[in-house]
Amino acid sequence: MIRFDKVVKRFGDNVVLRELDFQVRPGEHVCLIGPSGSGKTTILRLLMTLERVDSGTIDVGGECLTHMQHRGKRVPADEKHLRTVRKRIGMVFQQFNLFPNMKVLQNLTEAPVRVLGLSRDQAEQRALELLEMVGLRDRADAHPSQLSGGQQQRVAIARALAMHPDVLLLDEVTSALDPELVADVLNVLKDIAKTTDITMLIVTHEMGFAQDVADRVLMFDQGRVVEQAAPGKLFTDPDQQRTRDFLRAVLERR
Amino acid sequence: MFGDVPGFLRTILEGASTTLAVTAGGIVFATVMSFVAGLAMLAPARSVRAVSRIYVEVWRGTSEIVQLFWIFLALPILVGIQLVPLWAGILVIGLNGGAYGAEIVRGAVQAVPRAQREGAVALNLSPFDRMRRVVLPQALVDMVPPFNNLFIQLLKGSALVSLVFLQDLTFQAQAVVLPTNTDQALTILTLLLLVYLALSIVITAAMRFLERWAAALVGRQPSTRSREVALSGGAA
Amino acid sequence: MNDKWSWDYVAEILPDLLRGLLVTVQATALGAILAYALGLVLALLRRSQIPVLSQLTWAFIEVIRSTPLLVHIYFVFNVLPQFGITLSPLTSGVLAIGVHYACYTAEVYRAGIDGVPRGQWEACTALSLPRGRVWTAVILPQAIPRVLPALGNYTISMYKEVPLMFAIGVLDIVGRAQEAASESFRAVEPYTIAGLFFLALSYPAGVLVRRLERRVGYAQ
Repeated sequence: MIRFDKVVKRFGDNVVLRELDFQVRPGEHVCLIGPSGSGKTTILRLLMTLERVDSGTIDVGGECLTHMQHRGKRVPADEKHLRTVRKRIGMVFQQFNLFPNMKVLQNLTEAPVRVLGLSRDQAEQRALELLEMVGLRDRADAHPSQLSGGQQQRVAIARALAMHPDVLLLDEVTSALDPELVADVLNVLKDIAKTTDITMLIVTHEMGFAQDVADRVLMFDQGRVVEQAAPGKLFTDPDQQRTRDFLRAVLERR
Repeated sequence: MFGDVPGFLRTILEGASTTLAVTAGGIVFATVMSFVAGLAMLAPARSVRAVSRIYVEVWRGTSEIVQLFWIFLALPILVGIQLVPLWAGILVIGLNGGAYGAEIVRGAVQAVPRAQREGAVALNLSPFDRMRRVVLPQALVDMVPPFNNLFIQLLKGSALVSLVFLQDLTFQAQAVVLPTNTDQALTILTLLLLVYLALSIVITAAMRFLERWAAALVGRQPSTRSREVALSGGAA
Repeated sequence: MNDKWSWDYVAEILPDLLRGLLVTVQATALGAILAYALGLVLALLRRSQIPVLSQLTWAFIEVIRSTPLLVHIYFVFNVLPQFGITLSPLTSGVLAIGVHYACYTAEVYRAGIDGVPRGQWEACTALSLPRGRVWTAVILPQAIPRVLPALGNYTISMYKEVPLMFAIGVLDIVGRAQEAASESFRAVEPYTIAGLFFLALSYPAGVLVRRLERRVGYAQ
């Protein structure tokens, strides 16, 4: 479903990803863990086309995300090409990024109406179903600013699902939440993982959650994959010292 | 000792329609120019950015009164078109205000958090929809207080048209009433100031209303911060 | 070039326009000094403990800011003689623009003073510094640097509004341009040159102020 081929990303002199290769199968749930600055979030941002690669290519669902054919030559993708491949991908942000100028319902209907061409009625019906699923149907007429962080994040998840993505990117979605609100959001995500076949790429510091939903966990450090394995193996018996150190540091922080 | 106050006032107010026309026309035209030039300064195309930047710098860099005389006296000679004085007045007031307003629009659009654009990209909205549905509505809230200041500057600037013999409030007071009542200058000019004060209060009241409406739109209280920013910046 | 633009004519009027420029710059400088000083006085009056004083100052500032400078120039020029004070056009104009802009700089100072952290005031109290010392030694030295860019911007604005004084007969750039235009019936050259004079001074000045803004920004 997703294929990174020798992807390099720099910010100034700082090399964030060093010739990164990795693949994700359709329907697979992959968790990315590692210290901050290890490039996990950059991977999601590259997939969402919020950043451009410096070299290498990224494919999503067999289509190239980073480049396109133009008069027989391979050139960097333009906005039009990006819009076609972006259709497959949805993203939930650490800071929710709900639109404050729209009520909750309109946050969910705006893109389906304008991008997918749904009628307003269809979009609203679907939006209400999704709000029901995240337990916020009664807040459809609220402004985002009237919701708690946890509620906002559940709306943001519903908003991403409203676009019927094949791939869902979750970027530290509980990091900005008060501890008591984290569980509601994680439950919604576990539910989605169980009941849909959406491919999920998850950056998280919640190791328990990773253990529950992930098919595979990738340990990152300094722009490289240090180690990857099923969660049962990686969390209990990692091969690499770097992974052991990281896991111990995370556990001690609790 | 105050002289014929009602008589003075009546004559001064004969200029009200001109002042209102120039100010209102100037406000409309300046608002349009502000958005056109302000958004053009953020355009992807370098040439578009350059043209709007030149417009803004030239109109902000020169004196409004020079612009007025240039449009009234030099332009007709250069292109052979004599504009109707009232329209020429609106043109100058609007173009001048638009140059300042463009910076307001640009600044407010750039101040919308990057995360909001990214949220819109993640939903695959087109660049046009991103601007129109997500960025601009949020930027609008921060634009209202500085635009209030700008519009009051336009009202004040409208007095300049008296210098090219348009019969506005200032012309009526200065060129009609004053010459035959020089010993009543204090009364006459105080009346004139009060009329302008009343008009600017009307503008501010309308903008406060607009601000509350815009703030409700994005679900927040009108910020006291943006008003203070507006007060401390934005000279003509 | 052609009958619309004559370089000979430009050469002929240039000395007069330059003389006008000198007057404009002088009037700006004098008006600015007045605005800086009076603005600080107004800002302090605005903070006065006596309610009537601070309210009157507030009302004065609001009225001046809401009404045209041109009217203020007429006001000073026509009203003062009524009370036996006769000033030259240039002095009247400088007085009017100085007072007008003082109402803007007063807000600048106010914001600058409010920007000094509360802890600074509390530290002064803790040290029992006399009130005068608090202002001159602690508050103003911190407030003034951060208001310099805004004062610079208002000075540039003043430079562009000084030509309004031509309405009461001051021979500044615009007064000179008008004189030339009415003598020769040629308007294009004098007003274009006048416009270029403004651009030539106010654009670089604006760039300098922006640089100052950044420097002040770093310092904070």
